[in-house]
Amino acid sequence: MSVRRVMGIESEFGISNPKDSSANPMLLSSQVVNAYGNEVMPNRIRRMRWDYDVESPLRDARGFDMSRADADPSQLTDDDYGLANLVLPNGARYYVDHAHPEYASPEVTNPYDAALWDTAGDRIIERSARLASTLTGELITVYKNNTDGKGVSYGTHENYQVLREVPFNDLVKYLTPFFVTRCVFAGAGRVGLGQDIIEPGFQISQRADFFEAEVGLETTLRRPIINTRDEPHADPDQFRRLHVIIGDANMSQKINYLKMGTTAIVLSMIEAGYLKVDFELYDAVTSMHLVSHDYKFETKQRLRDGSEMSALEIQKHYQESAVRFLAETGETDPMSHDVVQQWGRILNSLENDPMSLVNEVDWITKLSVLNGYRNRDQLLWNDSRLAAIDIQFADLRPDKGLARVLQQKGKMDLLFTEEQVAQAVSHPPEDTRAYFRGTCVAKFIDQVAAASWDSVILDLGPDVPLKRISTPDALGGTARATAELFATSSAAADLLANLKQEHVLS
Amino acid sequence: MSEREFAKGNSDREQSAEFTPLPTASSSDLDVTDLLDAIDLVLEENAEEFVKGFVQKGGQ
Repeated sequence: MSVRRVMGIESEFGISNPKDSSANPMLLSSQVVNAYGNEVMPNRIRRMRWDYDVESPLRDARGFDMSRADADPSQLTDDDYGLANLVLPNGARYYVDHAHPEYASPEVTNPYDAALWDTAGDRIIERSARLASTLTGELITVYKNNTDGKGVSYGTHENYQVLREVPFNDLVKYLTPFFVTRCVFAGAGRVGLGQDIIEPGFQISQRADFFEAEVGLETTLRRPIINTRDEPHADPDQFRRLHVIIGDANMSQKINYLKMGTTAIVLSMIEAGYLKVDFELYDAVTSMHLVSHDYKFETKQRLRDGSEMSALEIQKHYQESAVRFLAETGETDPMSHDVVQQWGRILNSLENDPMSLVNEVDWITKLSVLNGYRNRDQLLWNDSRLAAIDIQFADLRPDKGLARVLQQKGKMDLLFTEEQVAQAVSHPPEDTRAYFRGTCVAKFIDQVAAASWDSVILDLGPDVPLKRISTPDALGGTARATAELFATSSAAADLLANLKQEHVLS
Repeated sequence: MSEREFAKGNSDREQSAEFTPLPTASSSDLDVTDLLDAIDLVLEENAEEFVKGFVQKGGQ
């Protein structure tokens, strides 16, 4: 039982025309996504569509459907409003969602690849904005953050494939304390307290203040700590897809890796029935806000049984359980040991000398820069320059984004070389169905009518009905399974003729 | 990276008593003055306008 499982990260990016704050964000987002589509897929003869056949955003993991009439319009994601909606050669989905460009990484099988293909998304968005700026003659900038500091938030969502047989209540019980406290190392840092900054100050998380419920289906309003959306994009009898919406967008590649890895190992422990101690919080939503506001680690959280624990104590419990879990299950996977060991090291440093993590942890890097300015220029927390630094930290341009500048100066650790990232921009992971999807797009771009996580739809000509290839198995369609198929299929019609079940089912 | 590389003394932690937050990192990690000078060159010139203009529509 390891950190390895099917996973992915989807991010909505902040977008702006700095010269014109009234610019329509849906239009800007469309321009950005289309500019990229036109560059990487110039032979596209038609507008590729997303195949919504199996999307069900109102399906609830607790076992009931919300009626469409009861849903807020922002919850209806399965309508194509004619906005840009692409499937990229690297297997990612790239589209306009709720007035933001969104990059949903291809499915990967481990946290290292999750962070790599997420970083590839950063480069894709940055490249897109540059192309769109040239095309429109207006500067368009993009930000990997989660709030505008004026009451609005947009998400960075993680997805994990989880065994269906695990009772959903176990996920709620054991994930909630973990999620409420995970920001101590995974937070991106934020200037200001409250959704629309009612109080000056600094907090650990971009997202925490926007959470108002413990469990629920929504992602745009009354955001819940545990999201119950249940679209497995896999065999629904075997799997659910846990949709995690509490996280911040990370510029730190290492923290992105550890965020995904620690969550994956906690899920493995829950699946194995290994976690027994229930740290039920008295008020998880309030605790989530308090933990984020407590960057000096001075408070304790109240538990339902009347006792109190600090965020670091709760995290340490999970980390120590993971150490024992790996030992007792005889796990030999080096990545799993690395995740759990680094998690422990970081928790120790947070306890003893948080600033020693300045090269690694987003919120500490950001705080260090902010405190540098505060000390040098005697700034108070409500100074616009500090708010500007907060926003610019997440600017994705290499010469303007503070995190990117720090990374180039060696002040923020990197996990990947730019060559690795460039490879992930144009190539899919080889060990999931993203390989099949991405390779179809790369090889047969003018014949891919639509695609989705679960399908690729081919258009073989005006007199032939569209052909839908189902890809229900995330571990099917790998490079190994399809090498010969693609080698022997020079056109989409050959692919269809040569396609066998074993190509897409593992 | 080893545990030891991250085990740092606390001697630099007292420098900013006036502000009482966590201090900036020790100079061995980050040459703060040089770094701030470098960041000065990158920062938007009119911070107030820039912050005011950064308005997003709601998302997920």
